[in-house]
Amino acid sequence: MDEVTIGWYIALAAILFSMGALGVLVRRNALIIFMSIELMLNAGNLLFVAFARHLGDLDGQIWVFFTMTVAAAEVAVGLALAVSIFRNRDSVNIDDMNMMKG
Amino acid sequence: MQFVEPTLNLSVILPIIILTFSTLLLMFVDFWVPDERKDITGWLSLFPLGGALTATFFQWDTIKGAFNSSVLQDNFSTYLSILYLITGMLSVLISIGYIRKRGHGRSEYYFLMLFSLVGMMLMGMANDLLIVFLALELLSIPLYIMSGFDRTDLNSEESALKYFLLGAFSSGFLVFGIALIYGAVGSTALPDIAEGIATSGTVGLAGIAMLLVGFMFKVGTVPFHMWTPDVYQGAPTSVTAFMSVGAKVAGFAALMRVLISSMGSMDEKWIPALAVIAAATMIVGNIAALTQTNIKRLLAYSSIAHAGYILMAVTASTKSDDGVGAALFYMMTYMFTNLGAFAAVMAMERFSGNKQLDLDDYKGMGKHNFAFAIVMMLLMFSLTGIPLTGGFVGKFYVFKTALEADLVWLVIIAALTSVVSAFYYMRVVFNMFMFDGEIDMPTVPNALKLVMAVAAIATLVLGVLPADWYTIAQNALMTTGG
Amino acid sequence: MGHPIVFLILATVAVFAAIGMLTSRNAVHSALYLVLNFCTVAVFYLVLNAPFISMVQITVYAGAIVVLFLFVIMLLGADQLPKASSNGGLQYILAIFATAGLATALILQLSGFGDGTAKPESALDASPEAIGTLLFQDYVFPFEITSLILLVAMMSLIVFKAQKRKKQDG
Repeated sequence: MDEVTIGWYIALAAILFSMGALGVLVRRNALIIFMSIELMLNAGNLLFVAFARHLGDLDGQIWVFFTMTVAAAEVAVGLALAVSIFRNRDSVNIDDMNMMKG
Repeated sequence: MQFVEPTLNLSVILPIIILTFSTLLLMFVDFWVPDERKDITGWLSLFPLGGALTATFFQWDTIKGAFNSSVLQDNFSTYLSILYLITGMLSVLISIGYIRKRGHGRSEYYFLMLFSLVGMMLMGMANDLLIVFLALELLSIPLYIMSGFDRTDLNSEESALKYFLLGAFSSGFLVFGIALIYGAVGSTALPDIAEGIATSGTVGLAGIAMLLVGFMFKVGTVPFHMWTPDVYQGAPTSVTAFMSVGAKVAGFAALMRVLISSMGSMDEKWIPALAVIAAATMIVGNIAALTQTNIKRLLAYSSIAHAGYILMAVTASTKSDDGVGAALFYMMTYMFTNLGAFAAVMAMERFSGNKQLDLDDYKGMGKHNFAFAIVMMLLMFSLTGIPLTGGFVGKFYVFKTALEADLVWLVIIAALTSVVSAFYYMRVVFNMFMFDGEIDMPTVPNALKLVMAVAAIATLVLGVLPADWYTIAQNALMTTGG
Repeated sequence: MGHPIVFLILATVAVFAAIGMLTSRNAVHSALYLVLNFCTVAVFYLVLNAPFISMVQITVYAGAIVVLFLFVIMLLGADQLPKASSNGGLQYILAIFATAGLATALILQLSGFGDGTAKPESALDASPEAIGTLLFQDYVFPFEITSLILLVAMMSLIVFKAQKRKKQDG
């Protein structure tokens, strides 16, 4: 226990990722679900940087760069959609969205 | 670190360059198109597609890599690019009249579709997980927006949000899985993964598993198919047609490339898993379709079932030489048939009151509009897999390749579920010919008629004279290096 | 790869911030917990010899993305969330079991990987110069793809914004 190894980081990233996945599954508010997804992506990024350090390889850090860009693009789309829906029906609760059944 | 100017091998991505830049040009041209005549932009968007298609034809039989071999051009990617571009052209044709009415004629629709096609073409060429990931996002983000394009219907935005949240969720799995693979192997290039994955231990395996979960979400196989019916029903029908073909084929293309060229050595690990998923997908898709009364939902479940059949060919592809060819041929028949079926649905669809999306609305069609009914019948036969249609030949080759790979139990399940599928496809045909009913059919635009005719002819040609086309699909082989 | 005590303190903060985000009833609090989580991860990046990524994490993630979230939450007035719907009981339990299983499986399987064989810190030159060189040399094509992704994201705003205005007019 006297030295931090890559295993510690994998464990932490796995915990954060699982918590994000849990948030997606149990929360019903679209914005919170979306934040949970960001948490999952963030766990992936942490793993990339930890592996980059472990392997002495810069490619992992470049990956984080691209993941962040994609995350930013997704946020723009998702929030625009959320605003548009909220204005039409005053709710971002996905349980209220049951116009389609089957 | 000294900066060395990268070598740009642009000929490899020439079709993509043509498509991208002519789309950007089109966005400028669109400024001068008056608001009430945005159809013109729709027609003009056929030019970028045609240009890219021409360039793609010239790439057949050349094998090249570019950008450190992160992008590959081989017959596999060329074949798929041609499929996507034809899908794009047919989708533009069915969209023009529809978007005029339902999207208030906004021309962004066409730009989004063209950019999504760029993503799809990149999916087939990607030889690095980074390109796979970025291409997947470039193909998905426009689809999220297009699903919410319909302003006459709140369902459209709802389906867009559902699609978006599940798509982003699956991206999370994809990123985490790729991070694990990167850690295990030290690179995300597919050839490097092929070298290192066998000795990578549990980290690599966990990475593969999460990567597969991400892909399964995108192509909509069981147990990650829940979003498909809602999204397909809520999205504008032209978008449903486009994504049920394009996004699904692109997802499978990248999945095939990743599995075969980088994880072929691990196939005893993933073949059983994929076989079970394929079986479950065929069973769930076909059985759930039985009780549907809405034709869009019915076609959604049918597309889930067809994903199962394609996955069956993918599963067999490392054990049987013809696996890739069978999957590619199946994709071609599926593309024409499914686009034609959705075009037929759009021909019947109304924009207010009763939308005429119920199966009962087709009662009496045989008497009212015989040509329409015959085409619809042919497409339903092809989806079922009845001889003399493309669907039958596609299924035949997929079954054959699965038998060669010793997946007998899977073939039995596939054959049984095909029989089950006849019940719901035939319901449409019976409704058209066996029942009387009042048909209130809107005038069908010529573009829709054209697409239905193309789909019907292609389905027949692929069904009656499949040999040449199958040879082309078989020649669409993958290479592993640049 | 950092001192154990530093790691444990930061990891505790990160996990508690994530729990806070998941459980708070107020969406604004959730977003603030998310900022805390992102900042902790940014410190991790510093520890892991990724100073540039760490700064990008603060400006892009903690800065731009979460601020956008806060804007939207406050714009919509959606900060107070309704109580969870009652039919979610079974789903809750299933989801918690599934994710707990996922987490334990991942940790048990993976944490023994490559103990203590990390490369020395000097093996990795992560200066902005090195990152920029790599980005425009080996990764120039992916970089161009992201420009298209961002363009598409911009178009989404045009589509959904225009949608609204037309509705008010008619």
